[in-house]
Order: sequence, then C-alpha cells, then structure tokens
Amino acid sequence: MATVTAPAPGRRRRTPLARREARWAYLFLAPWIVGFLVFYAGPMIASLWLSFTEYDVINPPEYTGLDNYRELMSDPAVARSLGNTVYYAALHVPLVMLISLGLALLLKRVGRLQGFFRTVFYLPVMTPAVAVGILFLLLLNTQDGLINRALGLVGIDGPSWTTDPGWVMPGIILMSLWSLGSTVIIYLAALQNVPRDLYEAAAIDGAGAWARFRSVTLPMISGALFFTLIVNTIASLQMFTEVYTMYFGNRETQNTFNSDAATFYVIHLFQEAFQFLHMGFASAMAWLLFVIILIITLIQVKLSNRFVYYEGEDK
Amino acid sequence: MTTAVERGTAPPVPGISPARPAVPRSAAGEGRPPLWQRVLFVAALVGAAVIFMLPFVWLISASLRPREYVFAPGFLPVPFTPENYAEAWQAVPLLTWFGNSVVVGVAAAAAVTLSSAWVAFGFAYFRFPGRNLLFGLVLATMMLPFAVTMIPTYLIWSDLGLTDTQVPLWAGNLFGSAFYIFLLRQFLLSLSREYFEAARVDGASYPQLFWKMAFPLIRPALLVAFVFEFKASWTDLLKPLIYLRNEQLYTLPRGLKVVLDRFGYGGEQQWEIVLAGSVLATVPMIILFFLAQRHFVEGIATTGRKG
Repeated sequence: MATVTAPAPGRRRRTPLARREARWAYLFLAPWIVGFLVFYAGPMIASLWLSFTEYDVINPPEYTGLDNYRELMSDPAVARSLGNTVYYAALHVPLVMLISLGLALLLKRVGRLQGFFRTVFYLPVMTPAVAVGILFLLLLNTQDGLINRALGLVGIDGPSWTTDPGWVMPGIILMSLWSLGSTVIIYLAALQNVPRDLYEAAAIDGAGAWARFRSVTLPMISGALFFTLIVNTIASLQMFTEVYTMYFGNRETQNTFNSDAATFYVIHLFQEAFQFLHMGFASAMAWLLFVIILIITLIQVKLSNRFVYYEGEDK
Repeated sequence: MTTAVERGTAPPVPGISPARPAVPRSAAGEGRPPLWQRVLFVAALVGAAVIFMLPFVWLISASLRPREYVFAPGFLPVPFTPENYAEAWQAVPLLTWFGNSVVVGVAAAAAVTLSSAWVAFGFAYFRFPGRNLLFGLVLATMMLPFAVTMIPTYLIWSDLGLTDTQVPLWAGNLFGSAFYIFLLRQFLLSLSREYFEAARVDGASYPQLFWKMAFPLIRPALLVAFVFEFKASWTDLLKPLIYLRNEQLYTLPRGLKVVLDRFGYGGEQQWEIVLAGSVLATVPMIILFFLAQRHFVEGIATTGRKG
C-alpha cells in the first residue's frame, strides 16, 4: 500500500490519512450495514422473539413461552412436510450431482459442439419456476401426459404422477432434474481446470480410464462436488415455487389432489404464516429449518474435510 | 485421499512437454479421444439434449393448438391456432403483468448492481479495522434461509404501508446483496491498485475513483450481476405472493399462477390459455440468455451461483 508512511513492522500507528480512509470505507459500506441491520439482524431477532409468541398480525403478540416449539414437535403436519422435504432432498441432490457429472464429462469431450449442448442443458434453468410447475403438471398427466405416453411406447403403464400420493414425490423429483443446468456448468468449469499433465502422468504410470477418473478427476473436482452438494442441499430443503404452483394456492385444486403428499416444509410454513396468520408458529418453524440446515451443512463440511482435495494443501 | 494427485501437483514446467515420453493419445485419455468414441459421446449428448428440449417443444406446440388438441399426440401445432394468444390476452391483463415484470425487474437489477458495486468497492479498496469480520458477515447472510427473515420483513413493509405496492419487490436491493458484493469484489481486487493511487495523487476523490474508474472497468461483472438479478426477479413467485393483492400490480409469475388456478384444474381446463401465458413468461428469459449467455456462464463458473 503506497501511503506516505510505510507501515512499520509490528503494531501500525493510525495516521490521519488512514483515519480518513477508514471514514470513507465505512461510507462505502454504509448501505450494506444499514441493510444488514434492517433486513437481516433485526428480522432475525424479531422472528426469534415472535417464535415464542402467538401473533396474528391484528392483535399484539402474546408471549406463550415454548408452546410453539412444543406444538412443532407434536404436529403431524409439520412432521409430514419435513419428511417429504427430506425425502425430496435425499433423492434430488445425489441424482442432480450424478447426472450433471455424467453430462459434464461428456461435454468436456465433444470439442466445438460443447457450447451448443451447454446452452441446451441450461435453458430449463432460465424458465420461470411457475412455468416449470405448469409445464410438468401437464407433462406428468396420467392419461395424456408426454411422460406416460413415452413410457407407453416401451410398454410401461405409467403411474398417476399427480394424483397418486405415492407417486407425487417421484414426479416432483423428475421435474427437478430438468433444471440441473447450473450444476453441469459448474462441473464443466471444474473439469476444464484439471491440468492435462496430471492425466498424462497418470497414463504413464499405467492408470486405466477408471483409475484416472478415480485418482485424478474426482479429487481435482472434489471442491466443486462439495460446493454443489452443499448449495443443492440447502436449496432443496427450501423448495417452494414449482410445487406450490402445481398443488397449492387454490382451494379447489388443493382438495381435489393429494396435496398432503406434496407439502414441503417451506410451503407449510408459508401457509401457516400468510394463510392462517400463525406468525408466531411459522417463525418457530423457520428457526427449526435454520437449525436443521446448519446441522446438515456442518456434517457435510466435516465429511468434506476427509474427501475434498484442495490444491496447495500440505498433508 | 490419493497418491497420484499429490505426486502430480508439481507445477508444470513450460517447455518440457515436447521432451516427455510419447504417450499414445488414446491412452492419455484426456487428449482427443478416438473418432468412434467421440461419435458415441455426441450420440449420448444428442439423446440427452432431445430429452431436455422436448418439454419446450411440447409447450410451444401445445400453446398453438385448440383446447381439444392440447393433449393430442405429436409435436406439431396442428390445427395451428395462434388465436390462443389473443384469447389469453383478452382473458387476463397479460400486457400489464408483462410491463410490471419489466419495471420491477429493471428496478431490482439496477438497485442491486449499483449498491453492491458501491459496497464491493469499499471492501476491495480500503483497509480498515473490522474489514474481514464484516466481509465474513456478508458471506454469512448467504447461508440464512429466507424463511427466517420473511415474516419480520413483511411486517416492516406492512408498517410502512407499502404492502400491496411493488416497492417491497425491489427496494430491499438498494442495500447490496451478498452474492453480488462477493462477485464484484473479486473483480475489483484484480484491478491494479497503483492505477487508483495515481488518480488519488492527481486529486480524484474516492467517489470519483469508484464512479469514473472502477465502475467502467468492471462493466462485464456488472452485467453479470444485472442479468442474474433480472432473471431472479422475473422468475420470483414468493415475494409477489406475499405482497401483492391488486391484480393490476401482479408480475408475470404471480399472474400466471392466477391463470393456472382460474383456467387450469380449478376452472374450465382451458389449458391453451395457461400454456400461452407460460410461453409468454418464458420467452423473454430465453432471449435474455442468448443475449447474455457469456455473462451467465461466467457468473456461474466463477461463483458457483445456482441459476
């Protein structure tokens, strides 16, 4: 830093210039600091407080201690929605990672066509989630949907994806796989950063294709794999829009179809808050979700220390 | 985890490769694979691409068929019925919703790009006590589920009397957003510091450094931020669901949800209207992608952003 006074070793004295710089620095940071206080720190404290109250927006919040949390633990609807969400995440995340990795590995090998295919896989991500929900509601239609038509061609009698409680979630997972394009792009970028020398060195050592994949490719992209594991898990635990579009928000649809089987945690939370005005209970649900996400992420970070290879790391 | 890698991480020495023992290209694996393999790879990708594209093809084609033919087999829009779009146009205020989405999207994207760039400059250029702690806080906000802040944020806008206006859909963006602050800071850090200090010596103020020098230099990154946020705003359902009651204020996704509930399973099953609306909401995003493809790919690859 080319200031007038060269920073002395040890403790630096703050010059008037440094103080002036710091003042300006906080001026640049000011919008974020205000935003942080108003839209993050404040609301976090407020929602924690609300989670110990009963609040319907019209009457002032009434302190009820741990009642919301007790109710949370014994409410079968909450348990159901949490179960559905975990079921979804447990299948969605590994499937997205596996298929994306397969596609990225293929993409890496096709040279000039890569850009074209990359676009094809990414376009579904650009589609508004509401439109995705609508589109798949029709594609998954039992009699006339494209998916069951295709299954019919190979002699499979397709299930009732949108009405049979047992098949609603597999249908949702199928839909979610359509939008895996960003994971493909992340993997492709990671694959292209693997130095070619490593493969050549491994080949000289006599490593076959599988050995090269296992001991060069996988470790070298483990950072990207880990990143997508965490990001996809967090996102899948907060799944809302596509499923809400398909099965909720309209009394008639909600009764006709088996919306129980499609209730995700955040959908249930949203309904508690903005349909039934149980703001206190919904706040408690939000904090439970936060804690669950934190725990799962921590476990994943711990596991990753064993599996993720970082370049330049001494072991 | 593995040994081959640890041995292999020695920095490659340029110029040495020609002298290296010749490895057959096919054995090296990551060179150009043999033709038959490449044909196989392309075939597999074509298969996958067809599967990914068919829903689009079906959507567009079905939106151009009469109601009774929406579920008809085949992918051709026959009998060709572009009138569906006029019908949808008359049934709901699609043009209004479209305009609302554009206005809200531009406001949200411009607000977040400007404010995040301003804040990112603060993090990138200055050294001050508490910088790392504050930047850590910025990153930490990315981890927080929106559900935690959703209700109090609603109460804030409600106290300000701004529910049932479009203000809550973009005004929060005036305070910067963690992902974009992170992205723009990365770009700013790659600029030469001497360049800025020379301008300081010439008497430029800090806002001038930001506005006249940094801002033009990171234009590509600003575009990444802008297109990402525009897309996020254009596709968002949750906020319009929470804040908007008046149909005239709806954005396209919020309107589309109403169209589905009114004309889909809840109504007369006038799927041609629902489909025409879906196409109308999707096409601008497809166009945006083709206009700004480079920025999307760059943004995802450098930050790992989820679409």
